[in-house]
Amino acid sequence: MFSDTFSDTLLYFIELFLSGLTRGSIYALIALGYTMVYGIIELINFAHGEIYMIGAFTALIVSGIMTMYGYAGLSVFFTAMIIAAFYSSAYGYTIEKIAYKPLRHSPRLSPLISAIGMSIFLQNYVMLAQTSDFMPFPSLIPDFECLALIDYMIGGPELIILITTVVVMAGLSILIKFTRIGKAMRATAQDKTMAMLVGVDINQMISITFIIGSALAAVAGVLIASYVGQINFYIGFIAGIKAFTAAVLGGIGSIPGAVLGGLVLGLTESFATGYVSSDYEDVFAFALLVMILIVRPSGLIGRKTTQKV
Amino acid sequence: MRFRFQSIKSSFWIAIWFMMLTFPLIVIKVNTIEQEIIWRFQNMIWMGICIFLIALLMQQLKQINLNQIKGLYIYQSLKHTKAVFVSYSRQWFIIVCFLAIFFPFLVSAYQINIMTTAMIYVVLGLGLNIVVGLAGLLDLGYVAFYAVGAYGYALLNYHYHINFWLALPFCAMLSALFGVLLGFPVLRLRGDYLAIVTLGFGEIIRLILENWNDFSFGPSGIAHIPRPPIFGWETNLQTASIFMYYLMGLMVLFTIFMVNRLQNSRIGRAWIALREDEIACQAMGIDRTKTKLLAFALGATWAGLMGAIFAAKTTFINPACFTFLESAIILSIVVLGGMGSILGVMIAAFILILLPEYLRAFSEYRMLIFGASMVLMMVFRPQGLISHMSKQYLQSSKQS
Repeated sequence: MFSDTFSDTLLYFIELFLSGLTRGSIYALIALGYTMVYGIIELINFAHGEIYMIGAFTALIVSGIMTMYGYAGLSVFFTAMIIAAFYSSAYGYTIEKIAYKPLRHSPRLSPLISAIGMSIFLQNYVMLAQTSDFMPFPSLIPDFECLALIDYMIGGPELIILITTVVVMAGLSILIKFTRIGKAMRATAQDKTMAMLVGVDINQMISITFIIGSALAAVAGVLIASYVGQINFYIGFIAGIKAFTAAVLGGIGSIPGAVLGGLVLGLTESFATGYVSSDYEDVFAFALLVMILIVRPSGLIGRKTTQKV
Repeated sequence: MRFRFQSIKSSFWIAIWFMMLTFPLIVIKVNTIEQEIIWRFQNMIWMGICIFLIALLMQQLKQINLNQIKGLYIYQSLKHTKAVFVSYSRQWFIIVCFLAIFFPFLVSAYQINIMTTAMIYVVLGLGLNIVVGLAGLLDLGYVAFYAVGAYGYALLNYHYHINFWLALPFCAMLSALFGVLLGFPVLRLRGDYLAIVTLGFGEIIRLILENWNDFSFGPSGIAHIPRPPIFGWETNLQTASIFMYYLMGLMVLFTIFMVNRLQNSRIGRAWIALREDEIACQAMGIDRTKTKLLAFALGATWAGLMGAIFAAKTTFINPACFTFLESAIILSIVVLGGMGSILGVMIAAFILILLPEYLRAFSEYRMLIFGASMVLMMVFRPQGLISHMSKQYLQSSKQS
């Protein structure tokens, strides 16, 4: 009797843990975009959540067309993901050119307001161009046979999400640590003037940052949409704030911080909804954000910065 | 003005880029349930033509020399007209006041209601202007204080039957308290963090109102909130809306007076100084926390007052009235009007609230235009429609 309830509790715990991990890795993917942009131009890119939403919508359209022509399974999934990443990157690039580049030398508030305006604009653009209702998203990831033994714990979608996240993050770390572009990006983030003096094209680096961040957001968008099964034009807002929370949690500007923050946030949310109450799911995230900013504004592994005169 | 081949070519490529960019979203619509695809190619063509023309226009505008414009007769005469207009500002003010007094007797109840709503936004804009425009603290959760005021009045009335006039100051104080409660821990954060925390705070308040059924009656909201009683007179819908109109008119005047006085006071100058340079301010002996908290509390007070009036005006509130969208509208009023400028904020509020009402065809594009105008204002005219003019101290002629 005792062992039965104990194993049930343990199973429930593992279930929550895995769902938290899944969620957390999605948050981490979006948070990377925030953190990279913040690291390089010190701007909270409010429109980042909208880029994620646009990625999900593009994937929906691509997968809709492909399924109508008889394709199915993982081929649709990967095609949709690649096209979505491409389009989101194009959006990220264009947004930077229109809304942020002219404001690079204005007071801090100006690009922030511009970003909020951009976010509202994109939300309503998608709403008017597509629909304001929830759209059912086809579940693109099949359940794998080999998982049949443990499918009460982890399903195909969760596994794919975790694997994709790990692969993407490994790729990103390699890109940033070991390539020429990564080096130039780090240099730009550290000191723009100095980087310019040693021959780094600043504008190009900022564009690349936006492109990479947007592509990651699109990957996250496709993954979460096929996991949850429905999307609408408003998903970017909440996801954006949560990813931002994750970025701040880990220390904004730091890439491992974003991953750690995402996982911590995902697990917190999962356990809080599982053990406390599911009504206040979003409140936990916001409360965590407020607490972190009050107690430790530099984040879990961020450096403390002093204001310079 | 000549159209150079170079600019036409680059506009063409910009148009192609945007057509590519918007292609999946505005052309294809997939219906996953009935398995059909709708192609809307006419949208793409329109998009291409519009972007091409806009890009061409922008390139032409870039070529124009500013000094050339200043020499034009029309520019000079416009400048002159503006100067004349400004010099009669007191007379204009009186005329507008007279028109406002007789307005309810000339139009239908519907028009009066719209005008009252617009005035609520004027006051909200002026209230947020204290926080964003003067003190330079970007508050994205302003609507939370509005919600606190509205729910404060509605719940006090529901449980204790407290009438509107007694509840009004209480709501204002409650909101101010919330302002201080939120402000105290977060004010040492930098501008952009503050924006996110206030945004989170606004959402927390809304989510709590939505989910705490025993306290706030959940998503269904509170209905049958009584209108403000007028000295025990019997009122019908018409007189009540006229009364609300005058009440709001007085509130607008009061707010203008207060904000104007605040702006030129010691506190107001401290706010503006803090906005410009925090460290210099501290060196000059301005208590940073206290000054910022005061801005937060005062901004929240106005939101609370308006919340109570809003609840009394519509007689029905639910959490859906207090979404982030509302905060964004108020913020765009402040940004569009010019941060720190009273007249600008008023004009922007009337434009943003009245225009969608009268141009019904455009009402679904309202938020699209709001968002776009926020970006465009920041890029092309960061000081807003009417820029704030700081007080100038002229040397008197005797001394010189």
